[in-house]
Amino acid sequence: MPFAAAGLLLAISFGVVAQPLMGNVAPIVMSALLFAGSAQFAATAVLAAGGSVVAAIAAGILLNLRYVPMGIALAPSLRGGPLRRALIGQGMIDFSWAAASRGGGRFDPGFMLGATAPSYPCWVLGTAVGVFAGHLIGDPGALGLDAIFPAFFLCLLVEGELRPGLPRLVAGLGSLIALVLIPFTPAGVPVIAASATALIGLRGAPDQRPAAGAAAG
Amino acid sequence: MTEIWITIAVLAVATAAIRASGPVLLGGRELPPRAQGVIALVAPALLAALIVVETVGAPEGGSLELDARVIGVGAAAVALRFGATMLPVVAIAAIATAAARLLG
Repeated sequence: MPFAAAGLLLAISFGVVAQPLMGNVAPIVMSALLFAGSAQFAATAVLAAGGSVVAAIAAGILLNLRYVPMGIALAPSLRGGPLRRALIGQGMIDFSWAAASRGGGRFDPGFMLGATAPSYPCWVLGTAVGVFAGHLIGDPGALGLDAIFPAFFLCLLVEGELRPGLPRLVAGLGSLIALVLIPFTPAGVPVIAASATALIGLRGAPDQRPAAGAAAG
Repeated sequence: MTEIWITIAVLAVATAAIRASGPVLLGGRELPPRAQGVIALVAPALLAALIVVETVGAPEGGSLELDARVIGVGAAAVALRFGATMLPVVAIAAIATAAARLLG
């Protein structure tokens, strides 16, 4: 999987960045427990800049809040009890969630977990490589790996999700909202605000009740 | 060092709770059609926003940053437009971005 490989290199650069601040063990523990790249980079950056624990935690949570709408979208496709569903939710990462989307709000949870599975060991292992051997490797950021994920999301959006009508409208509005908010809000907020455009679906859903109100009025 | 461990512990618990929230609260049952209407739109909204943020957002947040990523994702969009499939599109994005960094 090219994405597990890209994740591996991203994890290496996290290990490189985090080691001077956190030492050898904490970055690896963080990767093993959080498994959330953007939040880990953000919290580490806050602490490295001398910010408070509260600010670091807030930065990480803001970036991870997108898992709320992602989890809501995934929920109707899940079977089984609450514990089983909670565990499947832990397998959500951006790319596997997006790759498991089947359009129209349906998801393939088995596909998502299968896509996540190779990424987790790569993420933890890559962090360890960055911590212990980062100085030998150089900066993986010099490669074009950070463009892999937006390009992949573009493929999924154009080929799977961009149906005429509301999906197209929401994608346009969402990207516009994200673009406008980027300079004015902390990381994480633009994506959450953009996902709120999905609420347009409240109006667009076909009303299946008989038009009793109209008849009475 | 204590600060770092507190940050990691709190974020670990919060992240697990956030990831579990949707599946636990809304999973395993049929949702009303209006909720389904919203859910069907989450993927296009979120993907569009992620593309924008990861292409022109500064990694630390808070500002726009036009760099080699724009060229890479732009090249991917052109390739997609001309019918390329996913793997070549993603490879083109990475190569174009790396090339732009090398030349820039």
